[in-house]
Formats: sequence, structure tokens, C-alpha cells
Amino acid sequence: MNLTLKIWRQTDANDKGKMVDYKVTEISEHMSFLEMMDVLNEQLINKGVEPVAFDHDCREGICGMCSMYINGEAHGPDRGVTTCQLHMRMFKDGDTITIEPFRAKAFPVIKDLVVDRSAFDRIQHAGGYISVNTSGNTQDANATLISKHAADEAMDAATCIGCGACVASCKNASAMLFVGAKVSQYALLPQGQIEAVDRVKNMVAQMDLEGFGNCTNTGACEVECPKGISLENIARMNREFLSANVKS
Amino acid sequence: MSGFFKSSIGRKYAMALSAFFLMFFLLQHFAINILSVFSPDAFNEASHFMGTFWAVQYVLQPVLIFGVIYHFVMGFILEAKNRSARVKKYAKNNGAANSSWMSRNMIYSGLAILAFLVLHFIDFWIPEINTKFIDGDMTGLLPNGEGFRYYEELVHKFENPLRVGAYVIAFIFLSLHLMHGFSSAFQSAGASSMRKEKLQLFAKVYSISIPLGFIFIALFHHFNH
Repeated sequence: MNLTLKIWRQTDANDKGKMVDYKVTEISEHMSFLEMMDVLNEQLINKGVEPVAFDHDCREGICGMCSMYINGEAHGPDRGVTTCQLHMRMFKDGDTITIEPFRAKAFPVIKDLVVDRSAFDRIQHAGGYISVNTSGNTQDANATLISKHAADEAMDAATCIGCGACVASCKNASAMLFVGAKVSQYALLPQGQIEAVDRVKNMVAQMDLEGFGNCTNTGACEVECPKGISLENIARMNREFLSANVKS
Repeated sequence: MSGFFKSSIGRKYAMALSAFFLMFFLLQHFAINILSVFSPDAFNEASHFMGTFWAVQYVLQPVLIFGVIYHFVMGFILEAKNRSARVKKYAKNNGAANSSWMSRNMIYSGLAILAFLVLHFIDFWIPEINTKFIDGDMTGLLPNGEGFRYYEELVHKFENPLRVGAYVIAFIFLSLHLMHGFSSAFQSAGASSMRKEKLQLFAKVYSISIPLGFIFIALFHHFNH
């Protein structure tokens, strides 16, 4: 496959940045999108051009590092995949592909397609955990009975890899699917009840502080989420937030 | 609850609550208006009751005005905040791939409804307030004293085809607004049952049938008088 790529280039956080066109050749349809980017960078390096910076790590859809807004969608046109799992067979020979970084005020561009998603880390630090006394008398996990339904729903929420596709896809750059998933995975389990009130209040406060937009329930986040995190988690977070504010 | 309504989720709840109230108001407004098609007398009686009963005039009407203003003002505030959350726009964005047109354009359907409300207030509400509270005529009777004036006023308003056209267009926008807004309000209020098909179906039926009913009333009076 031979492709034309329109890629966002930005030397650093202060640079204005611009879209630049590149031709990339000899792309196999079996390649992943990131492998195609590797080929492009090799070709750029051979020409003495600065390679395109992009985030990646595990390259198997687990770490949530790869981002990219491809042809107007987070992680590209396929469903339930990260960019590393997106295959070039989704495109045709001669296609023009537009590649941009995830756009949000809370996700500033560091370089080219790399954005700073540490806002998610700060939201997690605000309450996305449970405190367990591990001083030697820790209870066996299996001794706490949890219904299959609750366990399944908590596990579904916990599959969020924090990639930020929800924010990138949302017309309001809202992080509510991410925060909803992180609140839900603990709200559904008995271990999460002790800190439930502080957790949801602190995480929502941090989310608002980071400058994310408000959810208007378009559902774009759910569609584009590589892990299929459900909007149900946002509704649960809303209930938890109301309940927490009534309690204290 | 301190700071609840300043938070993003608190504002979602407030938008949902005002939306629930406005949707309930719309239903009762339609229930009275449709009477005009079947029985002018029943329409006159109901209109006179709503226009003179103290609880409607001095309790529900101020709540309604507050609800309308709050919903619009907060809608604009949230839209401005949401736009500021993405300073640099995408060069290419395929919104249609993951969301409905209605959900992405609530601000525009809302603006069309606001423009209609201005027309509607000039047409009905301001003359009504003028008659009752400026002129002090609470009788609800025609100038000649022969029967109630409400049905006659309604029929007269729908003589002008331009006004009828504006009403039809406005109610199409209302339907588009409700198609997303109805289920969105339940989602914002934390309802987990919106996944259930029956409630989704009810939302669709309400969003289409109520505006369609208002359009029917306007066209009925335009073509039958």
C-alpha cells in the first residue's frame, strides 16, 4: 500500500504546530498502525527528517499509551481497539490518512502526537484506590463474598486502561467515562465502601480542576473506548456523587 | 451539599431536573391545547382555570419561568465551558461515526426553541399578562361579553401562514432536542434503567408524538377556520 499521511507536527509545547503531508510506501495490510508509523519514521530518518514522535509501549492493547486521532476518530475507524491493534487492512491503497494528537485543554501537546495525560494520574491520586492495612493480619480475599453480577460489573469498569480516547472523542473533552469507570470499580465492591464518599467527591473535584468539559451524554466515548466501558459507569458515578453530597 | 451545584455533575443534575419539569409542563400544555381540536368549550374552561387559579398563576408560573430561564442560561454556560475545554479543534473530526446529530447540536436546537419562545411569548403570554394584570380583566370573556375569549384568540393566531410555518419548524427542532434530551436527562440523573428498551421507546414516542401533536393543532386551526 502507498499512502498519503497528513500528520500534526509540533516541535514542543510552545510551538504553534501545523499539519504536514508525507508519502509512505510499501505498507503491508497486515501491519499495525504503529508499525506503519515505524516505517514512515524509518523513511523520514533516511531522508534526514526528524521522525514523528508518538506514544507507544506494550503494543498489545493493554497499556493505554498509544493515542492518535486517526481520520477523525480516537484510535482510528475500527471498534474496540487501541491504535496498536488497528490494522492497515482498515485502509485502502492510495488513501489519505489524517493523524492528530488527542485534543483537550487538559491534555496539552508535548511534541507531535504525544500529549500529556498526567491529568488522569492526578485524578487517580485524588481517590482511585483503597487503603488496606497490610500489617500482617490481611484478610484472605476469597473470604469476602461478592455477587457474580457485582464482580463482573466491577471487572468491566476496571478494564479501563486510561488511554484518554473518551476525552479525545467527546465533543466537550469530558473525562467522565474515565472517572466513572474508576469510581465504579470500587463502588461495586465491599472493599470500596469505606472511602466511597471521599473518593467520588475528591475525584470529581480533581476532574473539574483539570479543565475537562461536562458530559452531555452523546455516547461518543462509549463507542470509541477500546475497552467498551459503558455509559452506565457515568450514571453510577452521578448516583455516587449525589449520595456522597447528601451524606456529608 | 455545599458546592454540589457548582460541580460538573451537580450542574448535570440541575439541567436534568429543569428538563424533567419542562417536559412535564409540555405534556400538560399539550393536553389542554388538544382540547381545542375536539371541544372549544372544554378548551375555554381549562384555559380559564389555568389562567386564573392562584396556585397555577402565583406558584407554578414563577417556577416555570425560573425553570425556562435556568435551563437556557445554564445551557449556554455549560456550552461555553465545554468549548473552552478544547481550545485547538481537530483538523478532521468524524462525529457522525460515534454520536447522533441531535446529541452534538443541542445548543442549536435549543437556540431555535428559544427563538420560538420569544415569538410565543409575544403571541400569547405577554397579551395574557397585559389583559389580566395591567388591564385587570380576570373574567376571561370576549369584549362583547359573549363567552370566553381563549378559543377565539387561539384560532385568530393561526390564521397567518407565516406564523404557522414558524411554529411547525420550531416544533421540529423541539422534537430533535427532545430525542436526545429526554434520555439524556435520565442518564444525567443517574438512572440505570435507560438501557431498558421500554424506557428508550417511551422517550422516542414522547419526543416525536408531543411536538407532532402541537404541529397538528396549529395546522388544524389554520386549515379549518
